[in-house]
Amino acid sequence: MIGNFLDQFWSLTFGGLSLGFIYILIALGYTMVYGVLRMINFANSEIFMVGTFATIIIIRDLFKFTQVSEYATGFRLWLILGTALIFAMLVSGILSMLVEMVAYRRLRRMNSGVLAPLISAIGVSMVLSESVRILTDSRPVASPRAMEKKFLGQFFDAGIRIDNTIIVISALVLFAILITFVNKTRMGKAIRAVSMNPNAARLMGINIDGVISATFLVGGLMTGAAGFFYTLKYENTSAFIGFELGIAAFTAAILGGIGNIKGAFYGGLALGLLETYASFFLGTQWKAVTVFIVLVLVLYTKPNGLFGEALTQTRA
Amino acid sequence: MFNLRDKGAEIWENQGRVGRIVIAVGAIAIVAALPFMGGTFLNTPIADYESVLVYPIAMFVLMAIGLNIVIGKSGLLDLGYVAFFAIGAYTMGLLGTKTGLNTWEILPIGIAMAMFSGIILGVPALKLRGDYLAIITLGFGEIVRIVALNLGALGRSEGILGIPTPPGFFGIEYAFDSHRIYYWTLLILILLAIWMVRRLSARRAGRAWESIRQDEDAAELLGVPTFKYKVWAFVLGASVGGAAGVLYASKTLFIAPDNFTLQISILILACVVFGGMGNIWGVILGAVILGYLPDRIRFLSEARLLVFGLVLVIMMNLRPDGILPRKKREKAIVKKDAS
Repeated sequence: MIGNFLDQFWSLTFGGLSLGFIYILIALGYTMVYGVLRMINFANSEIFMVGTFATIIIIRDLFKFTQVSEYATGFRLWLILGTALIFAMLVSGILSMLVEMVAYRRLRRMNSGVLAPLISAIGVSMVLSESVRILTDSRPVASPRAMEKKFLGQFFDAGIRIDNTIIVISALVLFAILITFVNKTRMGKAIRAVSMNPNAARLMGINIDGVISATFLVGGLMTGAAGFFYTLKYENTSAFIGFELGIAAFTAAILGGIGNIKGAFYGGLALGLLETYASFFLGTQWKAVTVFIVLVLVLYTKPNGLFGEALTQTRA
Repeated sequence: MFNLRDKGAEIWENQGRVGRIVIAVGAIAIVAALPFMGGTFLNTPIADYESVLVYPIAMFVLMAIGLNIVIGKSGLLDLGYVAFFAIGAYTMGLLGTKTGLNTWEILPIGIAMAMFSGIILGVPALKLRGDYLAIITLGFGEIVRIVALNLGALGRSEGILGIPTPPGFFGIEYAFDSHRIYYWTLLILILLAIWMVRRLSARRAGRAWESIRQDEDAAELLGVPTFKYKVWAFVLGASVGGAAGVLYASKTLFIAPDNFTLQISILILACVVFGGMGNIWGVILGAVILGYLPDRIRFLSEARLLVFGLVLVIMMNLRPDGILPRKKREKAIVKKDAS
């Protein structure tokens, strides 16, 4: 068993890394919203699920790919992948903004405490996943393969697959863009201000509703990108994938310290690797259980995560 | 605004002892006679009326009463309530097929198992903030299903077959299709649960839960052992879920992991929210309506969960107290707190 593990160590690690980067992007959806609202965005998992379907719609319906068609190459390939990525991001981002308007905004104005928005967000995620389930007849949907999944090179016997490489590089780029946005732009500054103290931010003339909408939009864009990468890697989706990925990404966000953007990065990587190694030893059916045990352990021993919670701590 | 809850409470409080007994007996008699009122417009197109009365209606009512202790009384969001239902059902399934015990002997064991798992989950989880509790319980509900799906001893995806029906007594036999008997059995359990909740609410535990729901920190400062009472609420809720599970297993005679999905937790949550969190009559009404309507209206039964999701969103935004809200006295304090 150990010998096998060492033989496969690098290929497991590459798989785990790309899974980790998918988790990072979903975890950003949780962590951004948590940073400004101090609330779990329960619908984020379903926004991810919609992102995977948006990707399939582009590849299958816009570019007419089927399971037997030839692989695209060169410029056409990048055009397809780029369109799908942008479309998935936009659909998820806008959906995320709508979710905020439907599930949170009115309750926030009513000052209704913690329970009510949680329940209403669960309602929204139920509506999303059920609508998709009814549209797809409860069946999983396969994504046609637009890109030949060739190996770029070898690293200690493990092939470096092109899709994993694309995921890691693009996720890194997206992450860098997000960090720059939050730290360098005016809107990013407003987001940080609301996260530190919403009342003071309001007094400084910041439009709180606008900032919260923007936060949901950014979180949704990242989650939608994760949906694209997931479809690229696993080529399969269903109305039910949101739940498991959502819990895992949420665990990643908690692990790194929810509300903390850099925390989401390390948490996502750690969880992606951990999950991949664990399912090698225990079998994939216990994956969700492993993640859950990690979540409970982290919350119980270090509820602020490994890198601390948010920029500021002091809001109830 | 006209408040049916207060009106009802007023009538009840103005009655003497005799009047109250008459009202209670009358109400129980009407509810117990429900199976005989079938064959009319109450029939549903999918299943026959009497079986709908047992599942989902009576079963939902029982579970909603249990979940209401956790959510409505003490304000803890439990999204994995189906776990306790599943634990009760699997206890019945395992012990009923592997040992000679009958349903009535397994019922206390099933309840104990559900309570025990309530403690196992509750002790670490209830130390956390409300939203973390929600996600931990959400995960737990799913974990129980995954364990049942992957452990050979629990029958994997085939589940457990041939669970025995309860043994009869006084010449009453529990046949597979004698829905009335099951309905009355569940009714007795529901009445017991209502009695338990009402007794507890009027006493120290009820006051402690109420204070935890309104302001946990203040309650803690005033010397209420909040953690202890939170665990109690959790465990009592679990016990009702476990009892429902045992009866469910001995009614359907066959259980599989697919019967215990996350959706059940959401359904029961929707019943509680729709009826009115914290008010036991509202919760019962909510469970009856949400259990019955999707079966009655054919096009709704496929989209049942969609409707329940919508119910959660709409109720929370427009009428967060549900269709039968809790007493005004309890509500007033919340309003003051929010402003």
